[in-house]
Formats: sequence, C-alpha cells, structure tokens
Amino acid sequence: MANPAELHYTKEHEWVKVEGDVATIGITKYAADALGEIVYVDLPKVGSSTTHMKICGEIESTKSVGELYAPMDGEVVEANDSLSGSPETINDDPFGEGWLVKIRFTQLPDLLSSSEYDAFIGE
Amino acid sequence: MLRTPLFDEHEAMGAAFTDFGGWEMPVRYGSDLDEHHAVRNSAGLFDISHMGEIRVKGEAAELLDYALVSKLSGMKNGKAKYTMICNADGKVIDDLIVYRIEADEYLIVANAGNRHAVLVQLLNAAEHFEVEVTDKSEQWVLLALQGPKATAVLNEFVDIDLDPLPYYSIASGKIGETAVLLARTGYTGEDGFEIFIPDTEALKIFRAIAVRDEVRVCGLAARDTLRLEAGMPLYGHELTLDVNPFEANLGRVVALDKDDFVGKVALTELQTQKTWKLYGLKGEGKRAARAEYEIYLPGGENPIGQVTSGALSPTLGYPVAMAFLDGSLELAIGSKLEADVRGTRIDYEVVELPFYRR
Repeated sequence: MANPAELHYTKEHEWVKVEGDVATIGITKYAADALGEIVYVDLPKVGSSTTHMKICGEIESTKSVGELYAPMDGEVVEANDSLSGSPETINDDPFGEGWLVKIRFTQLPDLLSSSEYDAFIGE
Repeated sequence: MLRTPLFDEHEAMGAAFTDFGGWEMPVRYGSDLDEHHAVRNSAGLFDISHMGEIRVKGEAAELLDYALVSKLSGMKNGKAKYTMICNADGKVIDDLIVYRIEADEYLIVANAGNRHAVLVQLLNAAEHFEVEVTDKSEQWVLLALQGPKATAVLNEFVDIDLDPLPYYSIASGKIGETAVLLARTGYTGEDGFEIFIPDTEALKIFRAIAVRDEVRVCGLAARDTLRLEAGMPLYGHELTLDVNPFEANLGRVVALDKDDFVGKVALTELQTQKTWKLYGLKGEGKRAARAEYEIYLPGGENPIGQVTSGALSPTLGYPVAMAFLDGSLELAIGSKLEADVRGTRIDYEVVELPFYRR
C-alpha cells in the first residue's frame, strides 16, 4: 500500500490529515506492519492536552510495544474508541478506519510529505 | 546474518524477517495471530533450520552421559529426550532435544545461538571418548509441522504410518525419494513433527506441504506465543548462564545419581538452594507484562523478580507471563501480584504451568 499523497507524515511513522484546525492522526502501514498484529491500544482521553513529541499513547502487538508520540501541541477532541474492541483494524486499514485520535492544534510543526516519507522509510 | 536454504522462498511469500540467534528468520508471513490459531486449530509449517543439529557417533552414550545432565545411555533406539548441557558451575549452556538413532548414534538439536557453545563443550568432552562429533546444521533443513491436523497431513507424504509413533520418538522414512527423519516433537504444545531433510531436497518438500489447505506457513512470532502458552522455556529468557535447572523447574531432567558428569558437584549443591524460582503468571485486562518488566507483591515497593517472557495469550485472551521470582517466597497458586507495565501496576496472579494444554 502506498503512502497516500494527501496526508502528511512524521519520522515517528505517524500520518496527519489536516482539516481546518483539527488534525486526524494514525500510524502508517509501514509502522503497523513492523509492529505485527496489534492487540491493544491505549489512546489519550478526549479533552487531554498534547505536547509535540511527548508520548500520548501506546500501541501493542503480540511481539512489541510502540509508543504514540503527539505530532503537535493541542487538545484531543476525539479518540477512535472502536479500536479497543478491534485493535487489528489498525493493521487492516491504517490510513482509514484505523485512525487513532483527532487533535485540535494550536500550531502545526514541520511535517513530511508522502514522497519525503517514502524516502525516509527507503521506498 | 545467516540465512536458511529456504530464505528466498520465504521472501517470495512476503515474510517479514527478524534477527534470531544470528539468523535472518521469518517472523511472520501475514497475521501472526492467524498463524498462531492455525497451529492450535489445524496445522502450521515452520522453517526452523536455524536450529543446530549435531551428530554423535561411537561412544555416544558414554559421551552424552558425561557432557549432559540426563542419563542418555538409558534411552531406547528411536526415542527422544529433553535435556540440558550445563557448565561446571551447574549453569545452563543450552537446552537440547537428544534423539537416539542407534545404540552408537545420537542426534542433538541445539538452539541456533548456542550451537557453537554446545559444539565446543561436546568436543572438549569428546577427548575422553572414542567418538565422532559432527555439526550437521549446514547439511539439513529442519521443518516443523505442528497442530491437530499435522499427523494426518504428513501421513500423506511419507512411506511409513506415523499414527503409532509415540510422542518424543523419531523414525526414518521417505518423502518421495528423499530419506528423512521424522520426530514427533515440537515447541508449540500441539501434536506434530519435526522433519530433518537434506538441504538440496527441502524446497520441494516445503512447497508440497505448504500448499495444503490445512496448513499455514508460520513465523517465529507465532512460534514464540505458542511455546509461551505451552510453558516451554526459551533460551535467553527462562534459561541463561545465570540460571540452574532447578530454578527453572527443570530439576527432573538432572540425573544426580549418574557417576560423574559436567556440573555434578555444583548441581548437587544447587538442588537445595533456589535463589530464584520460575512461576507462571496470569494478568488482568489486555496489557501484557513483557520480558524484564518487574513484579511486586501487592502494593510492594521493591520488586520480587522479573518477567522472562510475556504476551497477551492469543488462545486464552488474557496476558500470560513466566517470571523468575524470589525463591524464598514460595508463592502458592492463586497468590496475587502486580506487574509494573511501563509505570502502571497491573494485577497478576500465580497460576499453574503450562497455561495451555491440548
């Protein structure tokens, strides 16, 4: 699966979709594949604040634990609660149904384009 | 990194790879959970050619009685035995499966990362015996076909009837024109076989088994969760050079009544002093305590030990762990404990091992 051109990316293997002042965050297919089948997700609570590059959640597979870094300062306005019952959705549809949180941001940091992210992961 | 003769095939099948004991091995082909469940419910095929195979011929029984902790001379032809090789301090160099092929010929399967350490230990001991120790690891591919349907599937390929072969036995047979060894052993907690195949013939046999509807090709991720559920130790986790067999609940394989063997003096002392004891633990919720996470008594400030292996059990649906805990505590089944899972205390309790029994 290619990294969608309309999304932005971080070096922590997250994707960011910006709509107005709200950003939807997920992890990339590359990250989901590297983790293996995801069995547990711990997302930040709605209303909590996030700080750029601070850990705000965890994603666990049978084999490893991935930390979720907040890509930006802001406030969590929505979390994908359906993932607690079916965390494998992140593997099946990382850029769609497997989204993690929506953050109302105050400022966007520098993000990678899809082609820059492709180059970063060596594709 | 080392690669098995089937590496290109795994790559063509889309496997993800991991470094294991110096080998670039398939960790999963698709979903590791699906691979796990396939072994529990049908059959899974693993390339485990990274394992070391060492042949001992001549005064083999005498050598092994001296170099290993069990009494191997008492085995019958065609039988397998789980055992260990310890150093003079009684610490575990590796855990092994030993097969007696003939009265003067034994086959030893060692862990990938320990193959050379085992070989060196055996060669040193071999100076005292008329015996030939040969590393066959490069000449053989080792496949494991594991699961409730493994025997029925394999029976269609081989020229002998596998049904009557007991667990922990080995037999010679043929797959097509290829002479193979078929061992009813494994590392998954299911029925199944480990198949020793000359490397040049392995690809066509691997493909023929892999295409069967009942069979799913599986990587090391599934192998690890399967063996953990079955309460089987993994060297580097439950067994190390810091651990003696008694601490790992494996004192039963140590034959202290043998005349003389490497580690006997130390092991005789160690059998009564358990600094650590390996326990099975069951957790609440879905967050698993993993290797090196610390375990506490409820509300306790100081850790009483560490997890050696832990995962959310795919079969059971709750977290399971093996952990070395303070041997002086003598914790009963049902004892309540806590694991520090990255800063959060999660409730665990002591349970019987294995977690899963077929």
